[in-house]
Amino acid sequence: MPTPTDPAPAAVAEPAPASSAEPPVIEFVDVEKRFGDNVVLKDLNFSVRRGERVTLIGPSGSGKTTILRLVMTLEELTGGYIYIDGEPLTHQQRDGKRVPVPKKQQKKLRTRIGMVFQQFNLFPNMTVLENIIEAPIHVLGQSKKDAVAKAHSLLEQVGLPDKAEAHPTSLSGGQQQRVAIARALAMDPEILLLDEVTSALDPEVVGDVLNILRQVADTTNVTMLIVTHEMAFARDVSHKVMMFDGGRVVEEGHPEKIFTNPEHERTQKFLSAVLGES
Amino acid sequence: MDWLEEQRQHLQALSDFSDRLIDGLLTTIQLTLLGGALAFVVAVALGLMAGAPSLWLRGPARVLIEFFRGISLLVLLFWMVYVLPLFWMANPDLPGEGLVRNTFLIGVVALGINYGAYGAEAVRASLTTVSQGQWEATTALSMSWPHKMRRIIFPQAWALMLPSLANLWVHLLKGSAIVYILPGVNDFTFELNNLRRPTDIWFSHALVGLVTYFVLALILTIFMQALEARAKHKLGRGPSLKEILSPDPPAIAPDAASSSTATLSTEKGSQARGETDASQTTGGGAR
Repeated sequence: MPTPTDPAPAAVAEPAPASSAEPPVIEFVDVEKRFGDNVVLKDLNFSVRRGERVTLIGPSGSGKTTILRLVMTLEELTGGYIYIDGEPLTHQQRDGKRVPVPKKQQKKLRTRIGMVFQQFNLFPNMTVLENIIEAPIHVLGQSKKDAVAKAHSLLEQVGLPDKAEAHPTSLSGGQQQRVAIARALAMDPEILLLDEVTSALDPEVVGDVLNILRQVADTTNVTMLIVTHEMAFARDVSHKVMMFDGGRVVEEGHPEKIFTNPEHERTQKFLSAVLGES
Repeated sequence: MDWLEEQRQHLQALSDFSDRLIDGLLTTIQLTLLGGALAFVVAVALGLMAGAPSLWLRGPARVLIEFFRGISLLVLLFWMVYVLPLFWMANPDLPGEGLVRNTFLIGVVALGINYGAYGAEAVRASLTTVSQGQWEATTALSMSWPHKMRRIIFPQAWALMLPSLANLWVHLLKGSAIVYILPGVNDFTFELNNLRRPTDIWFSHALVGLVTYFVLALILTIFMQALEARAKHKLGRGPSLKEILSPDPPAIAPDAASSSTATLSTEKGSQARGETDASQTTGGGAR
């Protein structure tokens, strides 16, 4: 996998590194998602380039989280196509028909995607270290020695070097979320999905978690799809912000522009409500 | 004075019969342990199948569960003892005739599949009770179904299913009494009937039987409660078995004991979690 060079700390919202020759890392084509009669997403088209960090904003119920869940295959795609590195994730077109892709192919693509959840979802029956090394060993086939070494360096990175043997339930929410970030990174994902990762945290520890994510953004080339209500964070780390409402993209663009000079009235209203409050 | 004399005769009969009663007791214990072990295997196998994503596993599991839950143990025993051997009578060449003529084995198998079918439902239900977030985390880490089941989901469901399985096991113990109808299986109830002849039903069943079955059930319950406490401790909830059994238990809330270094915010968090956990597993409270 060719990694474009971006060693310098990613200054605020530089254009994402990408070469036009390679396919987008994530591509949505005519995506539609409905729960029963309730259409959550409709005719959604967008793409994310390698190394790009995209933040989805919008009122709750606008379908932001559903997008992340579709990429993680936690929800079934009811219409359209999602491509990861140019390969179909859930469905493909064959003889003009929309058919599901083989499970094996989906599993292979899925290992390139990692996700951090609002509720952390650490495994309570394992220690912190076991949480982190479980999938690298049993899914990616890494040796235990390598996985443990990597886990320790990741724990160092998230500021919890002494918690390897701790039980998740003995950690605070902020600590649990940092372990969850380490667990996702241990899989070396190309794509990291962050689903409101600070929403369940005490206000005082939100900053710690966001700083760790800033650092991940600065030091790696992982593509990020972010749903957050932390607008300052969104502004700092993302290359692009997409404003959703009612399952559609209302406005998208450079964070600087969206946050300082939004064009669409809906975006203005949303931002003044969100920013005015804090 | 008559009454006292009668009691003396009863106790004499009890000591005369004690060897046979102990043999019967051992048979009942064997039925309970072996039947329980088989029921557990059946319950886990069918429960996992019934919770599997594939219809090819789910379908047959449902049919088997409903069938063996639906037929009564008594009918099942009759079939296995009186109908099954007919196949061997019709075809003398069939192998395994010794097995179908072994009434003790038949008792174990009947208890195992009957209570196993009930247990399967408990296993399946507790698998679905493991929080959605845990399932999603395993998907996000690309774990295969057998892998996530073995390493993540089942160990958590284990703590949830133990109270139900404990219930069923006590049921199985008492249900094992029905096996006394089988020729050649002299369980405790069978021997109680023998004891009744020289004494009376009050002494044999209502006293000796009641106390013995109660004590057996109590032992099972305590054993299962210990297993449950251990399972919960492994999930980071509640004290360890060692702490429970220590002669000088710390007089503080069990949650606080394991995390004395916790900050204020941690305690808030774990309290909130403790509440939801408690609401999920009522009936398995701390002792």
